[in-house]
Order: sequence, then C-alpha cells, then structure tokens
Amino acid sequence: MSLIHEIDYGTPASKAEKDVTLSIDGRAVTVPEGTSLMRAAMEAGVQVPKLCATDMMDAFGSCRLCVVEVEGRNGTPASCTTPVAEGMKVSTQTDRLKAIRKGVMELYISDHPLDCLTCAANGDCELQDMAGAVGLREVRYGYDGENHLGKAKDVSNPYFQFDPSKCIVCSRCVRACNEVQGTFALTVSGRGFDSIISAGTQFDDFLSSECVSCGACVQACPTATLEEKSVIAIGTPEHSLVTTCAYCGVGCSFKAEMRGEELVRMVPYKDGKANRGHSCVKGRFALGYATHKDRILNPMIRDHYSQPWKEVSWDEALSFAAGKIKDIQAKYGRGAVGGISSSRCTNEEVFLVQKLVRAGFGNNNIDTCARVCHSPTGYGLNSTFGTSAGTQDFDSVEHSDVILVIGANPTDGHPVFGSRMKKRLRGKPGQPGAKLIVIDPRRIDLVKTPHIKADHHLALKPGTNVAMLTALAHVIVTEGLIDERFVRERCELDEFQEWAAFVAEERHSPEATAAITGVPADEVRNAARLYATGGNAAIYYGLGVTEHSQGSTAVIGIANLAMATGNIGREGVGVNPLRGQNNVQGSCDMGSFPHELPGYRHISIDAVRESFEELWGVKLDNEPGLRIPNMFDAAVEGTFKGLYCQGEDILQSDPDTKHVSAGLEALELLIVHDLFLNETANYANVFLPGSSFLEKNGTFTNAERRINRVRKVMSPKNGYEDWQVTQMLAQAIGMDMTYADPSEIMAEIAATTPSFANVTYDLLDEKGSVQWPCNETHPEGSPVMHVGEFMRGRGKFIVTEYVATDERTGPRFPLLLTTGRILSQYNVGAQTRRTENVVWHDQDLLEIHPHDAEQRGVRNGDWVKLQSRAGETSIKAKITDRVAPGVVYTTFHHPMTQANVITTDFSDWATNCPEYKVTAVQISPSNGPTEWQEDYRELTMESRRIVPSEAAE
Amino acid sequence: MERDKLVYMANQIAKFFESSPEGARSQGVADHINKFWEPRMRTQLFERFDEGRTEGMHPLVIEAQPEIRRPAAPLEARTTSQQDASAS
Repeated sequence: MSLIHEIDYGTPASKAEKDVTLSIDGRAVTVPEGTSLMRAAMEAGVQVPKLCATDMMDAFGSCRLCVVEVEGRNGTPASCTTPVAEGMKVSTQTDRLKAIRKGVMELYISDHPLDCLTCAANGDCELQDMAGAVGLREVRYGYDGENHLGKAKDVSNPYFQFDPSKCIVCSRCVRACNEVQGTFALTVSGRGFDSIISAGTQFDDFLSSECVSCGACVQACPTATLEEKSVIAIGTPEHSLVTTCAYCGVGCSFKAEMRGEELVRMVPYKDGKANRGHSCVKGRFALGYATHKDRILNPMIRDHYSQPWKEVSWDEALSFAAGKIKDIQAKYGRGAVGGISSSRCTNEEVFLVQKLVRAGFGNNNIDTCARVCHSPTGYGLNSTFGTSAGTQDFDSVEHSDVILVIGANPTDGHPVFGSRMKKRLRGKPGQPGAKLIVIDPRRIDLVKTPHIKADHHLALKPGTNVAMLTALAHVIVTEGLIDERFVRERCELDEFQEWAAFVAEERHSPEATAAITGVPADEVRNAARLYATGGNAAIYYGLGVTEHSQGSTAVIGIANLAMATGNIGREGVGVNPLRGQNNVQGSCDMGSFPHELPGYRHISIDAVRESFEELWGVKLDNEPGLRIPNMFDAAVEGTFKGLYCQGEDILQSDPDTKHVSAGLEALELLIVHDLFLNETANYANVFLPGSSFLEKNGTFTNAERRINRVRKVMSPKNGYEDWQVTQMLAQAIGMDMTYADPSEIMAEIAATTPSFANVTYDLLDEKGSVQWPCNETHPEGSPVMHVGEFMRGRGKFIVTEYVATDERTGPRFPLLLTTGRILSQYNVGAQTRRTENVVWHDQDLLEIHPHDAEQRGVRNGDWVKLQSRAGETSIKAKITDRVAPGVVYTTFHHPMTQANVITTDFSDWATNCPEYKVTAVQISPSNGPTEWQEDYRELTMESRRIVPSEAAE
Repeated sequence: MERDKLVYMANQIAKFFESSPEGARSQGVADHINKFWEPRMRTQLFERFDEGRTEGMHPLVIEAQPEIRRPAAPLEARTTSQQDASAS
C-alpha cells in the first residue's frame, strides 16, 4: 500500500468540444480548446514547475514559476494563463526559463524558514519540491534582509494552524475559499511586501472569522502555512485508501491517510464524483469520535434497565439476547419482536438486518430511521415517477438555470453540495449564475451570502408547503406555462387533466392562498414564472418538505411541478431529495421498510417474495410489518416486546420523547447496537458494541443513488464489523448465515434486486462508483433517471389538496417551532459532540425574532422555557431576524436540550413520518433547565453505570 | 383527552383521497391501509367497525371497509422462520 496521489493538472479542464493540436517539447498533444498550456503539458506528461496553480481553481498567474517559451511569440508567458492554439510550438525547459525559475525560487526561499527537517510538511511540500525541480543550490541574497519570519502562528482553529512565516502569498487559500467553498472568508491584506493572508478583519483570527473550516485552504496550501494539527502531532501519512464519508447524504469520497492503523487525516478525493475534491468540517476533520474514550468496546447485558450494566463475552451477550427473543416469541407471538436498521450503516449491513427480521424473526417488523426523514419521498416519488430516488447526479447542478430550494438548507445540512450549488449560482465571467428561488420559513444562508442573493425568498408559514406548491402550479397552469409537449408525450393525460383543472381553481391562486402561506401573491407569481420559463429548472428539497403531516403530499406537489414544466429526464433539471444521513438512500433501497423487500417491491407480491423464499429457505409473511411509530404504540399496548436497534438513537431523534420512552420501558428486550451508550441505551438490556465506518468494508449509497465503496482502514476496536455482529446474532437464534465478506452480501443483493443486478465490488473498484439502476439496460449505472420514459412508464399527476395540520397555534401556544441542523453538528450529535466541533456549537439555541422576544421580556442568551402540548424544556435564546415573527427555530444536536420532548406525535398521513417541522409552542423566561431535564440527566447517569467483568479464574 | 390515534390516522388518509376522482376514493383509502398497515392495526380498525364504534370516522373510511383486508390467520400460520425450519 502507498499514498494515493491524484494528478494535479494545474488548471481546470476545459469543457469545449473543439480540439486543438499543438506541440510541447516536441511532443504532439491534442486537447480541448481553452485548455491552458500548463494542463496540455501535463496531459503530454510534462510537469511545468508551478506554485500558485492547482486544478481545483482557475489560473491566477502570480508565481512566475510556470513560464514557458512559445515559438514566434515574445517573452516568457505563464503557462497557466496562456491558452493553447492550433500548431503552437511550446518549450518548457530552456536556458532562459531555467534562469528565470531559479531566480524566482531564490527570492521565495530568501524569505522562508529553512527548517525543512522539523517542518510538518517535510516531504509533502510543493515549495520544497519546486526548489528541487529548478535546481536551487544557493541563495545569493542571504537571509538577513527584511523578511516575514517569526510571525505568530494562528492556532485558533481546532483542526489546523496558520503559520504566516511560511506563507508565500500564492493566494491558493484565498481562491479555494472563494471558488471552491464559496465562503469568501480569506483575503490578502496589505500590499506589496506587506501582503499577508488574513481571515476576516484585522481583529479576527481563523476561529472568529467567517471561516467554516471546510479545509479547502489547507488542502490548497503548497507549503506548511496551513497545516492539519494532526499531521503536526503525528507526522506525514504513509499509505491511504479511498473511502466514503459517513456523515450526510452527499457521500463525499475521501482518502483516509494513515500511518499504520492510526488515522493521520482525511483528504477529499478529487476523483470522487459526489464531491469532486471538496469537503466540509465534519467529513474532513470531525473524526475524533471514532477513537473517543466514550466508545463501548465490550458487550454488556443486564436483566432490567434499572440495573447497572455487566460486561460479558460476545457469546454470553448473544445467547442472552437470543434466549429472550425466543422466549418473547413463544409467549407473545412471533410478531412481538422487530428490528430497526441504521441509515448510517452500510448497504450490506442493513440488508442483513432486514433479512434477520424477515427470515429469522419470521415477521416484517423492520424499519429504519429513514422513516423519520425521507419516507414521504419514497411514497411521493414512487406514486408519481415510479421509484423512490433523486433524478439527477450532483454534477447536474452545473447545467441548471433556475434552482428552487424548498425546505432544505444545503450550506449547513449538505455543505459540499451547497458549495457546488453556490458555484453555479455565482456563475463566472461570460456565464451568468443560475437564478435562485428559496421557499423556507427561515432566512437560510443561501438567501443572502457573498455574491449570491436569492431572486425570490418565499418565507412561508411552517406547515403550508402544499398550499404554496399548489399555488405555484396554479400560476403555471392558468398562465399557460405548461410544457405541453412533455406532458403529452410522457405523462398520463387523464390524470393531468384532472390535476390541471384542480390547481386552476381560483381557491388555489396565490391571491387566495396568501392568507394561508403569508407570502404576497406577486412574489409567488414571479417565482412560478421564473421556475417555468427560466430554462433548466431543478428542485432541491429536504426534510422541511417531508417532516409534515402532509409530507408525502408536498413531495407529490414537487413532482407535479417538475412534470408540468418538462423539467425531468435531462441534465440540469429534476427533483432532488437531499438525504439526511449517509446511507438513507441505501437503507431504503435495501428493503428496510416494513412493507417492501429490497428494490421497493411490496411484500404482498408473491413472485418477489418467492424469489427470496427460495434463496433463504423460509416462507415469508405477506403482510406489512410495524413502522417505528407503530412499534412504540404496540409496545405501550403490550403486543410488542423485543427490539433490535442498530445504530440509531430513537429516544433522542424521534418525536414525542415521553411516548417513545414509555414504549421502550415496556419492552422486555431492547438490544442497542451502537458505538456509544446513546440515549436509547438508557432503556436497553443488551448492548452490542458497534464499529465505525473506518473499521468496516461495504458500500453507502448517497442522495444521487451513487454506490460508493467504504473501505476498512483499521481493525474494529470492538472486534467485529457491524455486519458480523448482526450475523452472530442471527446465528444465535438459529439462522444459517455464514458470509465471509460483505462482497458476498452484495452478490446476494445483486442476485435478488433488479436495479442492482450488475453491481459488484469489482465494478465499483473499476469505476470508482456507479449510480443505480445498474443492470443489463444500464450496465454502468444511470446518472440521470427517467430519460426516455418514467420508471413507471408515464408520469402520474396527483391532486394535492392542502389540509392544514391539526398542530395549530392558539392563545396558549401562539408560536410555531420548527427544527433544523447546523453545519458543525450532525443529527443527534453522538459523533460530532465527541469532536472538537463543539467549539462552534456547544449547545442548542432557540432562534426567536426580536419582536417576539421583546413581548416576552427575553434577552439574548437568556434561559427560556419552551412549552408545547406534548411537553416542556429549557433552552437559551438567540435573538435574530432570520426567523419571521411568530416562528422560532432550534437544532436538536444535544441530548440535554430534549427538543423532542416538545415535538408532537402528529405524522405524515401516508408514511407516519413525524411532523418535526411544526409544533405550536409558548415561550417564557426561565431560570434554567426544567425538572424533566434534571430528572433525565439523573436517569442517564444511573443507567450508564457499568460493572466490569470479573477476571477469569 | 387522548385522541383515538388509529382513527385519526385513518381519517388523515381519507382526507388525502377526498380529492381523488369520484369512484377511486374509498378504494384509495382501502389500498393504502392494506399496503401499509400491519395486521394488528387493521384488527384494531375492524374491532371498531364490528362494534359499531365508527363515530368520528371519516365517511370514506367507513365506505372503504369492505375493501380493507381483514387479517386472517395469525402470523404463526403465515410464515416459518429459520428457527422453525432448523428445528423441524
């Protein structure tokens, strides 16, 4: 094994179609028009010395090292900024060029510390490489002149440091921040010799600046100026493997750079098709949880959750669990147990959990955390298009002219895709940026961020998405903006007619619905016109759409809009659910829902069931099983007694905590399979330690249906990969399950699931990744779906009547609470809270409008009591006009906040996806945490006691 | 007062299918319940139907009753598990 190095071509690839042939150092090379000489040389295998150029960013032309000579032209042009021309004859190495380069390097090095041997970047430094490349042997000027040495380091960021003494002011960091990340946090301050890289204003350091710690600057830096603290502490890595990030649904590819079994750093992989070499603070840096002292590495059991845990052997834990499963099934019936699989685990692992439940437990009580996020996407897109998946790849955004973002906050929730979207929104010289429509109750960053301003921000009231989407459709139909040809050729006409007549009704007009949505009619009309007529229009949506009592209806409404305007089936358009967790798409694909087998095929279809029955040698139940909320209901009723919960913290993440805890308390067996003693484990009596994504092999499927390899870079600290733990549990209950490697599980998936038929680890290794469907018809996968026809044949319009949620404001609860996430934290925070990311967000805050705060006598930073019909909690207030009057907002990353004590058990009509996004609340000043929070803290401490295993005699 | 969650859920489904074309409404409700409701949930729904406790039920739910599948055999009769298979 060795370190993986991608080729740096120096400047980005040209997208021109016309080719140009030229000669470089006597070699003929053919490249697209617009390619730089530097890139053309690299294509021909000639590396021109360079410092300020890198192919992640546009050419800058400042270091003067990459000069070349062109026959018939005067001077020595920079190869990075000079485009190729037909018949050009270029020399990259002449006496004149050698002298220039040596002179340039001599000047750089005269103002650079000569501590290479003790420098963290020793061996990984482009300045060092270039000094070697140009043959620099002496610095005639000496080192005593005016210089930049000895300047103070900025170590404020927890993950990297800035050492200005080593800076050569090539501006790569500034350009990476601008062009790749799009935050514009860095600048070159001062002029001439005084030029220095600065984060924010002169009073700022990196931490206090706008920097979002994505790491793009660190990666771009050619010297040790911006350096990972982990490299400073450990040293340079010696081998690397490409793997997939386990945070959000973007699914970035990273090189895990290792020294032995120690992770030195994660570096975004340039050939990763989801992220194209970019990263965010979580995937790049927030890995400390994997080795955190809180990780539980030994299996534990106890008879009742009120007792302390007892560490035991794997055998003992598994036979204890298996015995309880059998007892429960004997006593209460086969349907009294079930499982929940994790959208953070691999495809292979979730496939095994559903197999364990269906074939081993003999029922279909299998669900996954996608229940509480994107299950309405499953229902909505399946009903309209014929399958549950985003229609595009992420590259598609580069071809969009109009981007509509509804109920999503990509710059926080899906930061790497957010950056790619921002790049398209900014445009570039000669190519204006895409137009932007944001539909969100809150002023998310995208609405106004450097060089981007939404053309329309429809700040609707929480819970009125369907009214808004139908109003947009009303404008499109009544103003004649339908793409008639697309509808005629691709969609069911009867359904279209019914839908068109429905949305055209006056009661759906923007004027009529303004009272519901709170958005002025003009704004809605203009947004609808822009979406329908602005060219390629793409919709991106998130949990702000799905997590409502009408979540499924809203997804249908989105699909209707895309079909009506012909924005489906090619690059630049489409309907794109931004998935919350890394493998939400995959866990849904793998049959984690109780009503369907892998590949979205209903459990009642005999032929599908029989294909699995034949392979597994058992008869499967043809009835749908319990969904997560139904499991809690059945547990409270006493008909559901045992649960295997893999990698999900239902107690913290699911709504109406009191109902969830009542359900968990009523169980006789709760197996928690996780890295940590999470909140759910408070009620568990079996704990099976889990492995991190760094410790296992498998695949994740991201929001663009891309199947990416997860590669094991270190041995599981708990001893087993998660699929092995599930397999051992299966064996303990008597199942015949003996996979030796996850690739064998993938082979079973491919053999049983038509959309995965061609997927093998060999194919993934060869292609890097593929997007399903990947089968005989699409041997190398499908970047864009529904190209010639919809998966279901013709697209189906469905009428979307707005039904107001029953969770309404009134005199007692006059405000609407909505929830979301923040960049530095992830979901319930089990991982990110155990990293240094807490410097950015150490507690959840309640955002409240100044008007509402003043009425209640609440000041910034005050403790406030947040009350709903379901419960109450205390949290500190943050006063901001990001939220409209009448709306409050919080995140749910910290367990002590107990935001879900507040949320209710209302849920989506079709899928029971909880209505997290709308809760009627009241707010009042408070002295601190509520009694419930204090009690809960106590319970948690109690339930986490561990008695170590007795030493063997 | 605790609302009847099961009836509430059925009514939510009915409200969606209210706007379906005439003739497809109660069928839509029944199909949805058959497709997504676990048998013990449908059993509880039938207990309400059978005992005439249909007050508060959306008319479409009541209309859908003949098309909703009544859970037949207990789970044990419908399936095997690998345990049974290996035990026998």
